[in-house]
Amino acid sequence: MDLNFTAEELAFRDEIRTFFRTEIPESIRNKVQEGQHLTKDEIILQQRILNKHGLAVPGWPVEWGGKDWTPVQRYFYSDEMQQAGVPGGLAFNTSMVGPVIAQFGTDEQKRKFLPATANLDIWWCQGFSEPGAGSDLAGLRTKAEMIDGHWVINGQKTWTTLGQHADWIFVLCRTDATVKKQEGISYILCDMKTPGITVRPIQTIDGGHEVNEVFFDDVKVPAENIVGQPNKGWDYAKFLLGNERTGIAQVGASKARLKRIRELAAIEPIGEARVLDDPKFREKLSMVEIELKALEMTQLRIIADEKGTAKGKPNPASSILKLKGSQIQQWTTELVMEVAGPYVMPFAMSDEGSGRNEAGYGPEFAAAAAPAYFNKRKVSIYGGSNEIQRNIIAKAILGF
Amino acid sequence: MDFDFTDDQRLLKDSVDRLIADKYGFEQRKKYMAEADGWSRELWAQYAELGLLGVSFSEAHGGFGGGPVESMIVAEAFGRGLVLEPYFATVVVGGGLIQAAGSDAQQAVMLPEIAAGSRLVAFAQVERSSRYNLADVQLTATKSGDGWVLNGEKSVVLHGDCADTLLVSARTAGGRHDRSGIGLFVVDAKATGVTRQGYRTQDGMRAAEIAFANVVALDVLGDPAGALPAIEQVVDQAIAVLCAEAVGLMSEMHSITVDYMKQRKQFGVPISQFQVLQHRAVDMFVALEQSRSMALFGTVMSADANAKARSRAVSATKVQIGRAGKLVGEEAVQLHGGIAMTMEYKVGHYFKRMTMIEQLFGNTDTHLAKVSDAGSLF
Repeated sequence: MDLNFTAEELAFRDEIRTFFRTEIPESIRNKVQEGQHLTKDEIILQQRILNKHGLAVPGWPVEWGGKDWTPVQRYFYSDEMQQAGVPGGLAFNTSMVGPVIAQFGTDEQKRKFLPATANLDIWWCQGFSEPGAGSDLAGLRTKAEMIDGHWVINGQKTWTTLGQHADWIFVLCRTDATVKKQEGISYILCDMKTPGITVRPIQTIDGGHEVNEVFFDDVKVPAENIVGQPNKGWDYAKFLLGNERTGIAQVGASKARLKRIRELAAIEPIGEARVLDDPKFREKLSMVEIELKALEMTQLRIIADEKGTAKGKPNPASSILKLKGSQIQQWTTELVMEVAGPYVMPFAMSDEGSGRNEAGYGPEFAAAAAPAYFNKRKVSIYGGSNEIQRNIIAKAILGF
Repeated sequence: MDFDFTDDQRLLKDSVDRLIADKYGFEQRKKYMAEADGWSRELWAQYAELGLLGVSFSEAHGGFGGGPVESMIVAEAFGRGLVLEPYFATVVVGGGLIQAAGSDAQQAVMLPEIAAGSRLVAFAQVERSSRYNLADVQLTATKSGDGWVLNGEKSVVLHGDCADTLLVSARTAGGRHDRSGIGLFVVDAKATGVTRQGYRTQDGMRAAEIAFANVVALDVLGDPAGALPAIEQVVDQAIAVLCAEAVGLMSEMHSITVDYMKQRKQFGVPISQFQVLQHRAVDMFVALEQSRSMALFGTVMSADANAKARSRAVSATKVQIGRAGKLVGEEAVQLHGGIAMTMEYKVGHYFKRMTMIEQLFGNTDTHLAKVSDAGSLF
C-alpha cells in the first residue's frame, strides 16, 4: 500500500496544473473561486482554449479528441481543473450528449456534432426533467410522434440549465406509451431555433437565472435526429451515469473553496481578532476538511480499483461520491456565510445574477455568500437526488 | 499510488481472518471471558505461533517485520472478532514504546519475549485528572542512587491487571504540564509497593487502577526527562490501530444489521422493505466506507517522519472514526430494536467496544480541537 504517486504521474499533474493556471484567464478563474456566475462568452472562451490544446473532452473516444488516459491522469485533470477555478467543458456538451453521440450516434451525427460540441460552437442543453417527472424521470410525458417523416414533439421540459444560451437540446421523449415506461423513451436531438419551441426563465431563490422551462408545441424534427434505436433512449441516458464517477464528487473544487475560506477568515475581523481565531469556527472548518479528506481517500480508492483487476466493475464506494460530495459543497457555502457575518444580508446581485459586489456594501466576497448557499441547495437535488442515491445504494449494494 | 496488499500481507490477512472465523464465534468469546484472566491464554499462545504478537517487530527481535499496514490488518480482524486478549496493550502500545524509546539492549531483551507470548506489558499513563493530556503527569520518579523510585497513582491501565511489566510515565522534573521532565520507566508488576486493582471494562476487556508507593523501577526507557515525543509517537500509532479495529467493528455492525433487516418481519414484510429504514442503513454504509478510507490515511500517516503532519492526520482520523462509530453503533441498535438491548445478542457488544474506543487516547472533541489548532489538513 502506497499513497504516493509515481514521478510520471506527478509530472503530469504539474504540467496540467501549470496549463490551467497560465492558459485560462485569471479573471475567469477568480470569478469561479468567489462563487460568481460566468457570462456565456466567458464559458465559451475557456472551453475553446481547452479545445485548442486538445483538453476539452478527454473522456471521449480518442478519434474524436479524447485522451487515452489512466484513471490517475483523469483524476488529476479534474482535480487540478477544479482547484484552479477552471470551469471546464460545458457538462451538457462534454459529459452528457457528446459521449452518447460518440457511442450510439450515426457516423453522420458524429461528424456533424462532435467537433462542434467539443469546441462549444454548439451549446447544448438537457431536456430530461418535466413538471411531473423529477426523481421518477422515466415517467416523462413529452411525446414524439412520427408524422410524414418527421418527429413531432409536444410537451414541456423544466430545470433546463442555461437553456437561454443553448443552440440545441437533447430531449427524452415518449415514443411508445403502450409498453413499460422505461421501454418507450427515445433520445432526440433538436435545434432550439425550430418553430414551436418557447424558453421561459425560472428565477431561483438566490436571485439568479440559470434554469428555464422549455415548451414544445408541434415541434417538427427531422427523422435522422434520433440517437440510436427508437425506444432505447432510457438505456442511453443511463449509460452516462456509470460514465464519469470521479468529477462528480467535486473534491478539487471543495479543496479550493476551503483554502479560500481559510484565507478570508484570516482577514475578516471580529472585534480585535479575526474569524479564524474563533475556536468554534475553526472546529467547524476542520470538520468539513476531515469529511473532505475522507472523501478524497474514497475517491482514490475507486481510482486505484479502476487501475487494477476490477476494471469496469463499479466499486460500491463510488455511489458515495455524489452523496457525500454534495453535502460537503453545501457545508462550504455555510462557512463562507459565517465568515461574512452581517454582510451576508445586502442583496447586491447584478442583473444577470453574477453575485458581484457592485454596490460595495461590506467585503467583496460577501455579496456571493448567501446566493451561493441558496444556489448550492441544488446539488443534492439534481443528477439523482441524494434520496435517489440512497435508493440506489440500498438496492445495488445492500441488496434490499 | 495503490491500496493493494503485498503477498505477505495477504497471507497474514488470510491467516488472521481464518483464526477469527474459527476461534472467535460469539459463544466461544463468552467462554474466553469467563476464564480466570478474562481472556484466553491458549489463544494467546496461538497468536504467538502465528507471529501476531510480533507483527510490527523486526525479524531480529522475533517479529514479523511488518509496519502500520500489518498492524491494521490484524486490528481490523480483531475488531470483527471482538478479541479480548491483551494484544493492543502488550504489542501495539507496550511493544511500540519499547521500540520507540528503548535502547538496542532493552529491545533485544523485551521484544522477543513479547513476540513469544511470554511477557505481557501495560502502559500506565492516565491519571485521576489528566484526561487526554499526555503531558499532564503528576506521578513522580526520583533519582535514588543508580535507580529511580516511583510514587503516585495511575488509572484505567489497559490490561494492567495481568501485565508482567508496567511501562510508567512519570515526572522527573518540571511542573505538572511541562512537556519536558517526563520519563518512561520499566516496572515489574509484582514489585514491592505496587498495588493493583483489576476490573472488567464496559467492553468486556480488563483494566486496573495501580498505586505506586516507593516502587523501585527496573529500568528507564530513553531520556528520563525527554520521553514525551516517543510517547506521542506511539500513541499516534496506537490510535491508528484503534481506528482500524473500529473499521472492523463498524463493518460487522453494518452487515449484522443489514442481514437482520432482511429476516425480521413486521406488518407482514421484512423490515428491509421500509424506505425509512433502508436510508438509515445506507447512511451507516456511507459512514463505514468514509471511515475505511480515513483509517487507511491514518495508518499510512502514523509512520510519517514529520511529527506535526503525523499527529494532525491521526487526530483527523480519530474524529472521523469517533463520529462515524457513534452513528453506526447507535443505528445498529435502533434498527434492530429490542433484541439489540440484550446481552445475549452480539450487536450490542460491538456497540460497547466502539463506545470505549471513542474514550481511548482522546475523544472526538479533543482530537477535533487538535486538528483545528494544527491548521489546514490539505
